[in-house]
Amino acid sequence: MRRFLRPGHDPVRERLKRDLFQFNKTVEHGFPHQPSALGYSPFLRLMAIGTRSGAIKLYGAPGVEFMGLHEENNTVMQIHFIPDQCQLVTLLDDNSLHLWSLKQHGGTSELREEHRFTLKGPPGSPPSATQVTAVLPHSSREVLYLGTESGNIFVVELPSFRVLEDRTITPEAVLQWIPEDNCNRRSCELVEALREHPKNPDQILIGYSRGLIVLWDLQNNKATHHFLGSQQLENLYWQRDGSRFISCHYDGSYSQWPVSSDNRQSEPLQSTVPYGPFPCKAISKIYWQTTKNGLPYIIFQGGMPRASYGDRHSISVIHGSQQTAFDFTSRVIDFFIIFSSDPAADFDDPSALVVLAEEELVVIDLKSAGWPAVHPPYLASLHCSAITCSHHVSNIPLKLWERIISAGSKQNIHYSTMPWPIDGGTNIAPDPPQRDLLLTGHEDGTVRFWDASGVCLHLLYKLSTVRVFLTDADPNDNMNTLGEDEWPPLRKVGTFDPYSDDPRLGIQKIYLCKYSGYLAVAGTAGQVLVMELNDEDAEHVVDHAEADLLQDQEGYRWKGHEKLKTRDGPVRFEAGFQPFVLVQCQPPAVVTSLALHSEWRLVAFGTSHGFGLFDHQQKRLVFVKCTLHPSDQLALEGPLSRVKSLKKSLRQSFRRIRRSRVSSRKRRGGGGNASEVQEANAKFDQDVLQEMELAPVQRKIEARSAEDSFTGFVRTLYFADTFLRDSSRHCPSLWAGTNGGTVYAFCLRVPPAERRMDEPVRAEQAKEIQLMHRAPVVGILVLDGRSTPLPEPLEVAHDLSKSPDMQGSHQLLVVSEEQFKVFTLPKVSSKLKLKLTALEGCRVRKVTVANFGSCKTDDYSENDLAVLTNLGDIQIISLPFLKLQIRYPCIRKEDVSGIASCVFTKYGQGFYLISPSEFERFSLSTKWLVEPRCIVDMPEVTSNNHLHKSGTENAARKS
Amino acid sequence: EFRRFSLERSKPGKFEEFYGLLQHVHKIPNVDVLVGYTDIHGDLLPINNDDNYHKAVSTANPLLRIFIQRKEDADYSAFGTDTMTRKKNVLSNVLRPDNHKKKPHIVISMPQDFRPVSSIIDVDILPETHRRVRLYKYGTDKPLGFYIRDGSSVRVTPHGLEKVPGIFISRLVPGGLAQSTGLLAVNDEVLEVNGIEVSGKSLDQVTDMMIANSRNLIITVRPANQRNNVVRNSRTSGSSGQSTESSLPSSTPNILGSVLQGEEESDEEDIIIEDSGEPQQIPKATPASESVESLSQIELLHESTQNGFLPSSEMNLNHSTGSISMEYEAPEPGRKSLEEDGTIITL
Repeated sequence: MRRFLRPGHDPVRERLKRDLFQFNKTVEHGFPHQPSALGYSPFLRLMAIGTRSGAIKLYGAPGVEFMGLHEENNTVMQIHFIPDQCQLVTLLDDNSLHLWSLKQHGGTSELREEHRFTLKGPPGSPPSATQVTAVLPHSSREVLYLGTESGNIFVVELPSFRVLEDRTITPEAVLQWIPEDNCNRRSCELVEALREHPKNPDQILIGYSRGLIVLWDLQNNKATHHFLGSQQLENLYWQRDGSRFISCHYDGSYSQWPVSSDNRQSEPLQSTVPYGPFPCKAISKIYWQTTKNGLPYIIFQGGMPRASYGDRHSISVIHGSQQTAFDFTSRVIDFFIIFSSDPAADFDDPSALVVLAEEELVVIDLKSAGWPAVHPPYLASLHCSAITCSHHVSNIPLKLWERIISAGSKQNIHYSTMPWPIDGGTNIAPDPPQRDLLLTGHEDGTVRFWDASGVCLHLLYKLSTVRVFLTDADPNDNMNTLGEDEWPPLRKVGTFDPYSDDPRLGIQKIYLCKYSGYLAVAGTAGQVLVMELNDEDAEHVVDHAEADLLQDQEGYRWKGHEKLKTRDGPVRFEAGFQPFVLVQCQPPAVVTSLALHSEWRLVAFGTSHGFGLFDHQQKRLVFVKCTLHPSDQLALEGPLSRVKSLKKSLRQSFRRIRRSRVSSRKRRGGGGNASEVQEANAKFDQDVLQEMELAPVQRKIEARSAEDSFTGFVRTLYFADTFLRDSSRHCPSLWAGTNGGTVYAFCLRVPPAERRMDEPVRAEQAKEIQLMHRAPVVGILVLDGRSTPLPEPLEVAHDLSKSPDMQGSHQLLVVSEEQFKVFTLPKVSSKLKLKLTALEGCRVRKVTVANFGSCKTDDYSENDLAVLTNLGDIQIISLPFLKLQIRYPCIRKEDVSGIASCVFTKYGQGFYLISPSEFERFSLSTKWLVEPRCIVDMPEVTSNNHLHKSGTENAARKS
Repeated sequence: EFRRFSLERSKPGKFEEFYGLLQHVHKIPNVDVLVGYTDIHGDLLPINNDDNYHKAVSTANPLLRIFIQRKEDADYSAFGTDTMTRKKNVLSNVLRPDNHKKKPHIVISMPQDFRPVSSIIDVDILPETHRRVRLYKYGTDKPLGFYIRDGSSVRVTPHGLEKVPGIFISRLVPGGLAQSTGLLAVNDEVLEVNGIEVSGKSLDQVTDMMIANSRNLIITVRPANQRNNVVRNSRTSGSSGQSTESSLPSSTPNILGSVLQGEEESDEEDIIIEDSGEPQQIPKATPASESVESLSQIELLHESTQNGFLPSSEMNLNHSTGSISMEYEAPEPGRKSLEEDGTIITL
């Protein structure tokens, strides 16, 4: 009856646990998933992005960011900042309006929702009567003008959202002032645009969808001017001085209209179809920016010739004779221009174009020649090629950090040197305690190095492994290779390119030694590259070695993909990590585990067939071990090839769709092809759903047997200097764990440094442990005599860690998906175990040793296991006694890709993907917490007041 | 085929010899056969060890009629009480096995293969409506052979009846361990797995728990058919009713199982192969105290772990609380049966 004898919770330990562990989701890194709206406040110099899931995110200077979430989780359609206020209004697709404000609280600013409001029409009116299409926050900050589908413009008081009914501008009232022969009731349907006069706040420009534009005097409730466009209107923009405005239209044209006091009905000064004469797509938004030299910037979205370029997502900038159509790889959501916000200035003098595309944020420097792009300090598109794996390295030595930055800066020379133009707010967070790197491997064969020390996940350096291989990709097959005379003058911008040329290039495992600068990268086609950091460009031959993991297994045929072809002869590598040796696994199955020991100069790799050890100093294969069960035909023939081929065929079908989309547009002259993709998507989803519904919701209960598939799949590799053979002598060893619950231990003999090149590294199998529960082994760890995990290679040599205790006996910790087991060494006797799955029904997905420091005392810290389960829970389990300390729900259990993407740091933080483009950062530690702390002060309003005052003075004078 | 030969009644010898003799006289030296005889009541009974061989010879009156069947197409159901009287034509059945496929027979393994495959346990501490079934999955190729599904059941709560989600057995695989026990049935509600309540757990969690415990699975069910429940205070629970409360000093450590949470420990031990030598079962590092399973809050430090492993074949240990004595039986070499590794027996 031990259960009754179990002592209660130890109060001392409980108190200590409170000082050590605490769970927080701190910040979202990367690019918001499915952005749907963009807003900018020139006054606060803050940008706001709304998403289809109802999130709203504000960004200013690096480190300044805020996030809010609409309870309804509806798509954010529009975002408007209230002039000269720390407030903004959002319009959702359920027609509700929300007022958010930035308030200071406890030394930092917080974004809070203040009010919500839905416009209600008179009883019995159709919903379109109150469907908001245009929002104008008036510079008086007191009212919002809401244009609707019915043509009514409602006036709503702020911040109370009270409808001022007597001030509603009805179509009837507008039509009174317009000659009847030109217009009828239908001309005033659907308000497309509302713009306040830049100098006179009592006048607003109203643009109706069918082309009628009216300048409305708010004081006298009358239309002072009206303008008859022949084309369906898309948008309006005032020139800075208010003497003219510009309208853009559905047919791809834009027109300039003069506003003069003598002429009440005017013709356009000029009407242009920039990409005519053939039919063009709509120009949906336009800016007219004046400059000192007189040549304006005309910047507009869309307007491409329908037939040949109708599928492009473009924004064109025209400045005198210069014209460029920036070509985005994903749909443009919205854009804005950063220009002189000083109202006293006579000219706009635009400095930057900020474009929110569906998959990335692109900022173009309009001041520098050639209009280069600006490197964003945040909102990085993590998914410019799909993320296939990630690896975190804590506490990078300064030297390595600087070398990586320097390698990266050489890659960024084509970027503008302009300081980041969106710089509102102040970051008051303390400097990050250490330099952390997050490495992401991508499907296109690149590894990206991110500065993960602070709130802004910033790209430092991008490494491509493609150079080593010959790929089918035709270097000329590039959208950028348009000649000088090409029209339209398209220029591809941005980095988002989801189409991998060859899925075999995909990166699967990364291991970086932060002390030596050695990097090992392994990929989908069994390729293992060992690299070294070089500060200079270099041209050299990459040594090749083959590792035949099947060895004596005869008569099997690999049916998966082929290995990648390598380039012969020397290859030119840019400064940074340069590969010097390539180990090719045979069969070329995906590499499932990787370990690098920079001190012994050894790299170990494993696939579904076995594992091998390579001496990268002597460039010699030390041994291979086949882990395959003879009956495991699936693994032999390329287990993942089936999965992969499904993925591949999907990708190909999407490409086909994309290609057919392009060609069909060329043929038919456009049409709703986005819907085609959606249809295909929907159809696919439906098929999948049906398949799922057919399968009965029941689960088979069967013990795992040795004959199960993929038992030989190598899940984990680990180097340790420990007592493998006897308790008197320790030696280097390599440990491998498989999917079938087997652990192999090899005793290694590494020659001393002075004879390292002369004598071969030897290996001999010393032990093989078969866990009877046969669950996949996901982690192996050796604890020293003090029960501390052995330090990383070179950690002791760099004085960053105490030497491991070699006096006391070592212990082996084997973590399977189901159990944690501690064994003694060198005689393997089971000592302790924690049967997680048997007790809780959850399985281990990720496990790492993390160091937790106390927030109360500086001198206390301990090592524990941080574990993520298949239910999305995070558990902290003590070492060496395997006691569950605490459990936090973290990821939804349905979010399989989120769970699969999770990576822990060595100091109790972690990252996981919440969308293909965003990492959520979380912290388990009370001590290490990286979260945004920022403050937004109201800037001095003098200059803007000036505008406001002059406006009111004007108004006063007028009245 | 009939053979007639004589034996010395007073010295029948060993079964092995007799078996060899039978193979010899039938000229089937390498064919596995089942041997049976008819006793004085006309029952067809097996001969497969010395004891029943001697019994058979001693009851011969004076003729001993022996039936031999090939093991592959043996009809096990032919054995048993009243077999001869029930089916007068058993002889023809035996001789022409293709003739008797009229009715499915309950498959029972041969007595020589006897080992526990299942048991009902904890009868005395469970409500009568519940059944705690232990399935012994060791050394056998027979699949556990059942499926579970989501469902809902009705519970009595302080607020009246309430519909709650539950886990149910959805299918039994014919010939599987679960079906052959007869203790589990489709639509039985699963309440606990190895002492852990499943309420609030998802189907996938329960699946993982069952698979993780598959080597020694103890499921508590509420049978869909409540008519066959074990009646308490009767001796009918018999040999299958193993109880945790039995205060025996563990003469049958294999079956003696308490289903206390987390302390159930009876999976086969991991195997280690040292230097490519012979596989061995991994011993426990230190006895009892280390085996205080991870759930215990007593954190014990073992300075002596290095040499703490005691390969003794039997030890009596006193738990730190003093009141609990534990029997620890070390695995007999080569015996691949159920091995307790020290923690299970809490009395």
